[in-house]
Amino acid sequence: MDKFTTHTGLGVPLRRSNVDTDQIIPAVYLKRVTRTGFEDGLFAAWRNDPSFVLNNEAYAGASVLVAGPDFGTGSSREHAVWALMDYGFRVVISSRFGDIFRGNSGKAGLLAAKVDEKVVQKLWDHLDDNPGAQITVDLESRTVRAGEGPDAIEDSFDIDDYTRWRLLEGLDDIGITLSHDDDIATYEATRPSFKPVTLHA
Amino acid sequence: MGRTLSEKVWDEHVVRSSAGEPDLLYIDLHLIHEVTSPQAFEGLRLSNRRVRRPDLTIATEDHNVPTVDWDKPIADPVSRTQVETLRKNAEEFGVRLHPLGDAEQGIVHVVGPQLGLTQPGMTIVCGDSHTSTHGAFGAIAFGIGTSEVEHVLATQTLMQDKPKTMAVTIDGALPDGVSAKDLILTLIAKTGTGGGQGYIVEYRGEAIRELSMEARMTICNMSIEWGAKAGLIAPDETTFAYIKDKPEAPKGAEWDQAVAHWKSLVTDEDAVFDKEIVLDAAEVTPFVTWGTNPGQGVPLGAAVPNPDDFEDADEKVAAEKALTYMGLEAGTPMREVRIDTVFLGSCTNGRMEDLRTAADIIQGHHVAEGTRFLVVPGSARVRLQAEDEGLHKIFLDAGAEWRGAGCSMCLGMNPDILAPGERSASTSNRNFEGRQGKGGRTHLVSPEVAAATAVRGTLSSPADLTLARA
Ligand code: SF4
Repeated sequence: MDKFTTHTGLGVPLRRSNVDTDQIIPAVYLKRVTRTGFEDGLFAAWRNDPSFVLNNEAYAGASVLVAGPDFGTGSSREHAVWALMDYGFRVVISSRFGDIFRGNSGKAGLLAAKVDEKVVQKLWDHLDDNPGAQITVDLESRTVRAGEGPDAIEDSFDIDDYTRWRLLEGLDDIGITLSHDDDIATYEATRPSFKPVTLHA
Repeated sequence: MGRTLSEKVWDEHVVRSSAGEPDLLYIDLHLIHEVTSPQAFEGLRLSNRRVRRPDLTIATEDHNVPTVDWDKPIADPVSRTQVETLRKNAEEFGVRLHPLGDAEQGIVHVVGPQLGLTQPGMTIVCGDSHTSTHGAFGAIAFGIGTSEVEHVLATQTLMQDKPKTMAVTIDGALPDGVSAKDLILTLIAKTGTGGGQGYIVEYRGEAIRELSMEARMTICNMSIEWGAKAGLIAPDETTFAYIKDKPEAPKGAEWDQAVAHWKSLVTDEDAVFDKEIVLDAAEVTPFVTWGTNPGQGVPLGAAVPNPDDFEDADEKVAAEKALTYMGLEAGTPMREVRIDTVFLGSCTNGRMEDLRTAADIIQGHHVAEGTRFLVVPGSARVRLQAEDEGLHKIFLDAGAEWRGAGCSMCLGMNPDILAPGERSASTSNRNFEGRQGKGGRTHLVSPEVAAATAVRGTLSSPADLTLARA
């Protein structure tokens, strides 16, 4: 996993709330067995609509998605995170995320930055007024910045310390856990024998 | 201070905890299916890792398998690839698999309990958000993403922050003809789809204690639909009786040890929940959704709401969008909404009791002209038992389709989908846009309402049938 310290990229306003993972990537795209190539399924139901924001030339190459509240609710599919990343997003900004989605994001290296609803509104307005504008997301200082001069936006975002540390270090979960192998073995030795098993000798 | 049920189960599974880090939690049972596992196995292979505990892992084929001609090769090439990949991975990594055609194949959340693998006090995970179903047994059970699937395969543990706890107390008794599904839909409509976010919810109170295990599973299944991390119910005699003599239940002296332990799994009297909600079961009536999230529901006797009646601006906009998508007019009585397809099935309502209830209602009636009624048992075992009891005959005689086991129209990954604009009454758990097929319109209902709706062709309750007959 790549380290994430700070990212500056083109922002895109997704003025919708409650974008669940079925909308991020419909189930039909989940049939694949590979780990990459899911960008074609991203927001598939809306991509045919010429007025959909990702179809606006001005936002080509976007890497920071600014979404309405309750982004990523619903099904646990991690493909939602993969689709966003395969498309080129490194950061999603919202005032509320689905729990599983946020967990999946941190693990895959996508930064889910939780900000105040007012910040989302300001960023939306800024991006609408300046299509193609850049947003900077600094994980070290937990700040999001956009614009310049008197109208510049600068605010903090929430992310739990642990996810932040892992993103900064680019650490993969399994490696961390396997370093505690002794603890796992000790625990296993004390498990009651009445617990079920799926295989029988 | 005392502890809540979920805190007890949690504490028993902490392998390692360190300030400022998530707990490392041991996982007792890992359920696997064809959709969210291929990339996890691919990850193991890429990093030369093995499955740490194949004996705590079980796989089945459910999400995209066909419910007709299941003895023939799967027609859809992508589904076939996923299923074949699961078979290859199970073989390579030594994981027990119940493939299509096996008597124990079926929806992963139906299979675990019916094999007796789901037991109180366990931690259970699966790459599927409705893993919360298993909480009905007093287990902590929740959905995980594919990289977590890989993590559990490799380590049999998960890193998890301890959620907050919430009590939902349902006092009183459910009125006749009102089911667990109506109860949970009512609760979600009251709390909203985000009401449970960050919590493990314990459902308790008189109405919950009176429920059968299958009805408890229906409740816990939909915990995720109001945002909860997991939902659980304290194990009691109903739970023990259900597990006893199941194939993988403890036997002999181990049974006694297990039950003794399970009995300790109750919330202490002086335990404090972070949040509490109380609901009166007597007020619950048959409930249906009108919108595109499970919180957008009303009693069957009510009308499609008017977006202007919502005070919250976001909710108002969401309601307007939902009505447009659903093709509904505010003020239309729900009972007048015409239904093209009725789907009885899924891990919410695809078990024996659900089929028995629906069969009982539809017996002696016929499916309405212009409506199709799809009956999809949750597992092959359920299908076989239903056939033993002759339920399939009742459904077939009434003009319904009797299918093989799987997720089917719950999520429209197999050929069982709605056409654009087609409207369903579905006993599943999600009415999201496009969930049952692109452009499809879903009304979530109980098995009772599903069966009555199939007969009348409009959203109905069993009471409507009796009236019509009289
Ligand atoms: S029946 Fe539906 S909700 Fe249940 S596991 Fe299958 S797809 Fe998921």
